[in-house]
Amino acid sequence: MQHYNMDLTLKVWRQQNRNAQGGFETYQVKDISSEMSFLEMIDVLNEKLIHEGGDPIAFDHDCREGICGTCSMVIDGRPHGPWKGTTTCQLHMRAFKNGETIVIEPFRANSFPVLKDLVVDRKAFDRIIQAGGFISVNTGNAVDGNAIPIDKDDADNSFAAASCIGCGACVAACKNSSAMLFVSAKVSHLALLPQGAPEKSTRVAAMVDQMDKEGFGSCTNTYACEAECPKEISVMNIARLNREYLASSFNADK
Amino acid sequence: MALTGIFLIVFLLVHCYVNANVFFSHGEENFNRAAHFMGTNILVRIAEIGLFAGFILHIIQGYKLELSNRAKRSSKYAVTAGNKTSTWYSRSMALLGTLILLFLIIHLVHFWVPSRFGGLTEVNYDGKSVLNLYGRMKDVFSQEWVIIVYLLGCFSLAWHLLHGFQSAFQTMGWNHKKYTPLIHSMGVVFSVVVPLIFALMPLFMYFGWEIPVGELTLLF
Repeated sequence: MQHYNMDLTLKVWRQQNRNAQGGFETYQVKDISSEMSFLEMIDVLNEKLIHEGGDPIAFDHDCREGICGTCSMVIDGRPHGPWKGTTTCQLHMRAFKNGETIVIEPFRANSFPVLKDLVVDRKAFDRIIQAGGFISVNTGNAVDGNAIPIDKDDADNSFAAASCIGCGACVAACKNSSAMLFVSAKVSHLALLPQGAPEKSTRVAAMVDQMDKEGFGSCTNTYACEAECPKEISVMNIARLNREYLASSFNADK
Repeated sequence: MALTGIFLIVFLLVHCYVNANVFFSHGEENFNRAAHFMGTNILVRIAEIGLFAGFILHIIQGYKLELSNRAKRSSKYAVTAGNKTSTWYSRSMALLGTLILLFLIIHLVHFWVPSRFGGLTEVNYDGKSVLNLYGRMKDVFSQEWVIIVYLLGCFSLAWHLLHGFQSAFQTMGWNHKKYTPLIHSMGVVFSVVVPLIFALMPLFMYFGWEIPVGELTLLF
């Protein structure tokens, strides 16, 4: 693809802290390379802001390889921007044209309060995992993983669900701020494997319970989450969660 | 939502089937007899209580869900993805449901209220006196504004079903590699065909159309 430089107008959400009133600020960036990543473009803007003695834009980032789930942002109304199956850090500036105006907002949901500018608090996800997104293992020698036979389709589906990086784009994309895609992926990848089977009934009940406590909305199956998920997690997992949850609520021993 | 939704989908099928009598020749007698059966049979009357409960539950659940979901995002987005990532009707179930509710109230006042609380003429078939609901349909559907309201009601129902049918299965956890595409296609066919049949009823009445068939009756 032909390399080109572009000048852009950015409308960025600035908010001093959790309780402050936020608002949009407009910035101009010049000579942005089409080969930069979106975050590098913001790095350029931040360097300029620091040089001018201003406050750089706070945003989350870590691996910048699309695997850690730290970066966020809603770019022109799309969590992680316009590309399908891509995190913000892997979104490249060739997705934009010279002279464009880009609106950059934080993930918005009451369960993800803004800490500063584009950084939101996603600890609610950690607490859902703590509630049941694990398996209990006895201490001692690790069992040889290959000793447990697993159906190939189950292994594939489990792996596909496990590719969820917990970024929260599903919540940001959902009109109800529902975390069902995230929770269903975490429930599914364990429920499909023999190692996860012993606790599957308690796990789904505890995780859904915690999800509700955190104040996420209910799923109304608009499937915007699936469309925006950078790891393309399928809504098949949500149906599996519903099945598991229903089965767990009929489990008389729990 | 899903359970009551599926229940109401089944009701639509029955309602559509019984009312389809009006399309055919001898529609007047066949429909009035069928309506008489539906209005007097004890099992149907018991089922009617369930039907009202189903409607009320579906409506209350729907509004509760919508209000609670709306409250989960106090700070709104300046730009949204709109139809790029989801369909407008899947996001507008509460609005479409409200339109259907308004239609339902008008519809009950037109037909259910007079059939229960009087105000209808009677006709005699083989010595049996039955309410002339067919005549009521003729009266009601002689007004243009009523036809328009009913067509809009059917239109809202179609969009509501287009999302609701497949969504109910997903909520119940019935998402299957092989059968889900089938459920989706069935949902589209149901959402188009059933409201279309309902929409044709006022039109048949207004224009006095009739499908000539000899002995066909949709009785049971």
